[in-house]
Amino acid sequence: MNLMEYQGKELFRRSGIPVPRSQHCTTPDDVAAFIEKNPGKWVVKAQVLMGGRGKAGKIKFASSADEGRKVAQEIMATPMPPNRQNPNGEPIKSLLVEETLDVALEAYCAISVDRTTKKPAIIVTKFGGMDVEEVHEKHPESFSTFFVDTAIGYSPFIGRKLAFSTDLDAGYRKQFPAIVAGMYDLFFKYGAKLVEINPLILTKDGRVIAADAKVELDDDALFRHPEFKEWQTVLPLDEDESLATDAGLGIRNFRRFGGTVGTMANGAGLAMGTMDAVKNAGGEIANFLDVGGGANAERVRKCYELVVNHTNAKVFFINIFGGITRGDEVAKGIVEALNTTKSRKIPLVIRLTGTNEEEGRRILADAGMTPVETMDEGAKRAVELAAASA
Amino acid sequence: MSIFLDKNSKVFVQGITGAEGSYHTGRMLAYGTNIVGGVTPGKGGQKTEHGLPVFNTVEECVAATGATHQCIFVPPAGAADALFEAYEAGVRFSVCITEGVPVHDMLRVVGATPGMRIIGPNCPGLISPGKSSIGIMPGHIFKEGNVGLISRSGTLTYEVVDGLTRAGLGQSTCVGIGGDPIIGTTFVDCLREFKNDPQTKAIVVCGEIGGSDEEDAAAFIKEHLAGTPIVAFIGGRNAPPGKSLGHAGAIISGGFGTPESKINAFRAAGVPVADRPSEIPKMLAERMAATV
Repeated sequence: MNLMEYQGKELFRRSGIPVPRSQHCTTPDDVAAFIEKNPGKWVVKAQVLMGGRGKAGKIKFASSADEGRKVAQEIMATPMPPNRQNPNGEPIKSLLVEETLDVALEAYCAISVDRTTKKPAIIVTKFGGMDVEEVHEKHPESFSTFFVDTAIGYSPFIGRKLAFSTDLDAGYRKQFPAIVAGMYDLFFKYGAKLVEINPLILTKDGRVIAADAKVELDDDALFRHPEFKEWQTVLPLDEDESLATDAGLGIRNFRRFGGTVGTMANGAGLAMGTMDAVKNAGGEIANFLDVGGGANAERVRKCYELVVNHTNAKVFFINIFGGITRGDEVAKGIVEALNTTKSRKIPLVIRLTGTNEEEGRRILADAGMTPVETMDEGAKRAVELAAASA
Repeated sequence: MSIFLDKNSKVFVQGITGAEGSYHTGRMLAYGTNIVGGVTPGKGGQKTEHGLPVFNTVEECVAATGATHQCIFVPPAGAADALFEAYEAGVRFSVCITEGVPVHDMLRVVGATPGMRIIGPNCPGLISPGKSSIGIMPGHIFKEGNVGLISRSGTLTYEVVDGLTRAGLGQSTCVGIGGDPIIGTTFVDCLREFKNDPQTKAIVVCGEIGGSDEEDAAAFIKEHLAGTPIVAFIGGRNAPPGKSLGHAGAIISGGFGTPESKINAFRAAGVPVADRPSEIPKMLAERMAATV
């Protein structure tokens, strides 16, 4: 679960990380009222999960209540423009009105989980304020990383060491170890996967302030922090994701590609392997579908209807290799789907092996279906059937 | 030999009376796994439907049965606790099947259990064919032999094993290491064991996109397993475009994680990369024939 800037900054505040003075507003009138009461130069920032707010014109300045209302209206008038990952863009539902800072320098600091060392990693570079991947390309030598021993936890020497090794300006040094301490505290207390400050600003009057906040919480740990449920922002789903949700699947378990061979497998690895097999057999893939582990009869029926009703499939290749998924349950689902569905019927090619495959095959045989033996054989048969019905 | 697990390994199941725990205990017993009991707090003194003794604590279970290998089927919130309880009771081998364990729980576990070999979490377990199986892998597709197999994916592993078995290439041990950000045992940990295992004559590495485990494995192979017949496979090469991974993660691992990076790393280590699972048996057999 990714947090918006104002949510991340609220956690920063609770953890003692300095952030700019700000007010979270949901309407242009709120913005105007706040500036009316607090005269000065303010920056108004769209609160969204998508990146690229500045380029999209969703960050604007205001020096009066009227100007605040006007820029707020402009920002909220249109959603964030779409990109490849978010083809529907993102509506702007709220704004953060924040004090403007006299920036002297911008640095970068993040804490993440490192798979290789199995430790929290603290990453620092003195080049902040731009895309961190771009910095990594231009100045790879500027990064310093410290892997924290979880038995010891964070200690201020780590912050000092990082500040010296990445050559942070002397102006940062006094406050930096305490800021990293706050980040580490937040990282651990809330089970975060990422805590990122970009940029970490040194102001001309010598303050060190987190000008932006990026926090990703671990979905698997949210049961310990039910208070964050109300913060959860669901980006608008694209059509494939909506269909997946309606069928009781995860949003990433289904995607359409326009071809004529429908596919379904258990496990993302096998589902991708099944698509590869169809491609290798010369077919065009209608969809990716991972039915998940432990699929039961009901789920299988829903997936059947999903593929038959919402893709261009002329044939449906079901590839199940049972581990925690039981072959008999899947077979029951297939038979039940065919018996109860009001959807059109298309030829099925079924490969069913692994856990309880014998019961599964018997159930299919009783219903007049014969499964194929291997994935490649199934792919070949499915491609032939698709071609024949074209 | 085989690695990590053999016929004599005494296994206990944590969460043995739950639906999944009970079902897969039955399947492991049917395979020949030496399961000596299980743990479900509050049900100590009872017998399972398989006739196995149930204990309230790991300590009692270990004291009464001499169990050495833990298999965990508890819900995500209790997985780290189960691992700590086993560690405290002197158990030094555990397989955690549970999916959805919080990342920070695993950070704490791996930092506080030195000397404990943990497989998973979020994994299908491991099997030494003809000897023993811990986890949820379908035993009948495996065959005892000389090929060691390590994989990050579950069902794709079965696909690869099925092909090997049909081609007459049996397996020494197959380990599903799991796909979570923090796992107890990596490819390199398994390769180190295979290197010292007299039964293992060849190895298949089934990787996936993301992370840098495959690059690490390739580097280890180059250094320590240069003469061994090895074939690799990278799943997810045609993966549907997903949401991007955390920026910081990509920076730490130095830009690793793409399929190209993994394929290049293996090729640089002299390891051929199969385009599809069905090619693996032939590629491996050719390399095994060449080294005899």
